[in-house]
Amino acid sequence: MEKILEVKGILKIYPNGVIANKDVSVDIEKNTIHAIVGENGAGKTTLMKVIFGITQPQEGEVFYKGEKINLKSPHDAIEIGIGMVHQHLMLAPDLTTAENMVLGIEPLRGKIFLNIDKAFEVTKKVSQDYGFDIPIDKKIKDLPIGIRQRVEILKALFRNAELLILDEPTTFLTPQEIDVLFNTLKDLKNHGKTIIFISHKLKEVKQIADRITVMSDAKIVTTKEASELTEHDIAYLMVGRDISFERISPPEKMGKPLLSVQNISYINDENVKLLNNVSFDIRESEILGLAGVEGNGQSELIKIITGLLKASEGNIYIKGESIKGLSPRVIREMGIAHIPEDRMGYGVADKTSLEENFIVDRYYKSPFSKIFRLIWKYITNHSRKLIEQFKILTLSSKTTVSSLSGGNIQKVVVARELSSEHEILIAAQPTRGIDVGSEEHVHNLLKNTRDAGKAIFLISADLDEILKLSTRIIVIYNGEIVAEFTDVPKISGKYLGPYMLGVKKQEAAVG
Amino acid sequence: MDKFILKYFNLIRTIIAVAIGITISVFIIYVMSETPGLTLRTFLLGPFLSKSRVANIIESASPVIFCGLAIAVAFQAEQFNIGAEGALFIGATVGTAFAVSTHLPIFIHIPLTLLVAGIVGACWSFIPGILKAKWEASELISSLMLNYVAYFLGLYLINYHFRDKGAGYLVSYKLPETAWLNQFIGGTRIHWGIILSLTFAFLVYYFLYHTTLGYEIRTTGFNLRFAKFGGINVFKIIILSQVISGFIAGLGGMTEVMGIHRRFNWQLSPGYGWDGIVVAIIGRNHPLLIIVASLFLSYLSIGGQVLNLLTDIPSEIIVVIQSIIILLITAEAFLSQWKYRITVREAAKKEVAYEPTS
Repeated sequence: MEKILEVKGILKIYPNGVIANKDVSVDIEKNTIHAIVGENGAGKTTLMKVIFGITQPQEGEVFYKGEKINLKSPHDAIEIGIGMVHQHLMLAPDLTTAENMVLGIEPLRGKIFLNIDKAFEVTKKVSQDYGFDIPIDKKIKDLPIGIRQRVEILKALFRNAELLILDEPTTFLTPQEIDVLFNTLKDLKNHGKTIIFISHKLKEVKQIADRITVMSDAKIVTTKEASELTEHDIAYLMVGRDISFERISPPEKMGKPLLSVQNISYINDENVKLLNNVSFDIRESEILGLAGVEGNGQSELIKIITGLLKASEGNIYIKGESIKGLSPRVIREMGIAHIPEDRMGYGVADKTSLEENFIVDRYYKSPFSKIFRLIWKYITNHSRKLIEQFKILTLSSKTTVSSLSGGNIQKVVVARELSSEHEILIAAQPTRGIDVGSEEHVHNLLKNTRDAGKAIFLISADLDEILKLSTRIIVIYNGEIVAEFTDVPKISGKYLGPYMLGVKKQEAAVG
Repeated sequence: MDKFILKYFNLIRTIIAVAIGITISVFIIYVMSETPGLTLRTFLLGPFLSKSRVANIIESASPVIFCGLAIAVAFQAEQFNIGAEGALFIGATVGTAFAVSTHLPIFIHIPLTLLVAGIVGACWSFIPGILKAKWEASELISSLMLNYVAYFLGLYLINYHFRDKGAGYLVSYKLPETAWLNQFIGGTRIHWGIILSLTFAFLVYYFLYHTTLGYEIRTTGFNLRFAKFGGINVFKIIILSQVISGFIAGLGGMTEVMGIHRRFNWQLSPGYGWDGIVVAIIGRNHPLLIIVASLFLSYLSIGGQVLNLLTDIPSEIIVVIQSIIILLITAEAFLSQWKYRITVREAAKKEVAYEPTS
């Protein structure tokens, strides 16, 4: 089959020293839908930015239709027939569809003024050519997001794109809109277009892709025909290894419930219901695993439990006491520790030292400070102890966090949270993006924490991790708990899959 | 070497920026002046050639240090409150009004006047603070606008209620001597305000780096979400950082009135608040570096005045140098390619070190 795009040996290092693509090579065949999958931070978007000319790699070559190309900007990419639809759409909200369509290549009247009739005319023609049903005289801001996305796709087609890149296009779409999008993509394929589809949602990838490339840790893991891979295979490849899969032994006995979540619902600013009547308890010495495809309400649930977000309905109890209206600090003092899923966003302040990162939840307590004075001597000693105990690779306790590797930054977070006085641990994606050794270390720490009689709420996109550690598992889909499994040793990831993807639902588990 | 450069990159960058700024002005002077040798000497050494000029450098640095500290406290919390000028002005006018209308013994009159000016400045900066914390109104815009309000409000207060009609120009009544900050070096106007500004620099340093509240301010500035996550009340910090900033600026403005002129005589906004932004940027919001930056800025502007007096070059040349330095320091991209190349080199090294084990 003819190759439309060949990428060879891309190396991309960002100014902060992060290696985003290493030795990345992939061929895109003409007239196919090619999915690129991988976890967040695996390097998918960087690769697309290289192909679209937004960023330039340190090493490597890109060939388009057999010719080597050297793109300096997206403008160059559009010129030769590459189009991109970004996750966050790039349309002018106050202009109409037609005006957006001709933006930058406006038909002119008298060489100065926009020929609006012509703009309408060409927009109409191109939308008919591709069978798109879009209102051409409405302002973008008045259109629903699914339609806006179609405008953006059409905009690329209008610029004669033959290769169309879609970066996580389903993130903000409803299931119905996703169906429409997929039909559109299939139509475009029939029109002879080639599509690169970036996603971390396995179900979608299987549904739409002809070929699949899996990325992990800045590298390409494999590229295969979609028919050769199952969702389970892809999940395995995404995690990047075939880890020894031994479950930890269950706790000897569990005590009373420490955390009780009751009928939590959450409706966001855009009036979308992200959590629907979620209830569960976690007991002493229990690890409750929350399985689910990312973006099904997990983030909101964690934020509500830790006081960073207010629930629309329902209540949460820590050791029987309601946390309604309490600040994150008070909730922490009631006994919650929290390893956040967004390590760089919430877990650390990366521009400052390890020491200052270690004390964010305890600086105001003795002996870290007396009255108002920080006792740096004690803080430094405390930090050195944590660095040693958690085997953090760093030059010193005064080193800036941003100069550490991802795995070591995660250890900084884990060290702080596990060393806090807590009885309940919220562990979200505790081993995301860290190496196998560190992962094993973190898993052992979680087990020890459990054995010390603490309750752990484990949220992970990594099914293996959930199955390995959990005493009990609940599955979340579309903001609802759709299943609960108490006999963890008997179940497998394949068994959980249909629940995670919303295909199956246990009636008993709901409400 | 690479590691050293990465570690001290910001300091190296600042020094290079200053060096380039001076080099360009030397070049300009060389081209423009009829007597370049003399002009250069006057410009670079002039400020040091007499006792009064050296004193001038120190005198004019004092209010700039105060404003630099004020700006730095807000900036450390990532609050871009540039209202030091307004807080200084309103603090100084209300402080003046207080000082001339009260009769107190010296050891109460001085601290109380300073305190009044500080509190007025603090209240002034509370406005952009609460607007930001509650309604997410940009503190940059609101503090900027409030500078004008402070200016006209202050002038109104002085010109209509505290104007000394016996003086031939628009000034306030003279402060009673119990509210004067003594000039303690004969033949100069160096007054206790400069000692106070240096004291404040150390206090602010201690406050930011050695107290729990300072930690909260800096952590909020480093990463607001992280601060929230850790339980810091960022609502409080957003307001408080700006209130403290206003306090320092208001108090600083008053020292200038009490130490130099002994009456309020600014009919134009004096601009210390803007210089404060400049030194906060050059000093990267570090209180002790702000002292150095203020003295440097002061040295440049005295150099400019001497140039104006003794040579054929106008003092505006100083503005050129300042602008170049600020431009280079604030331009994120300046030398970033250089840093990027070093970073890539370091990162690539690490990769090689990993490889054999995989």
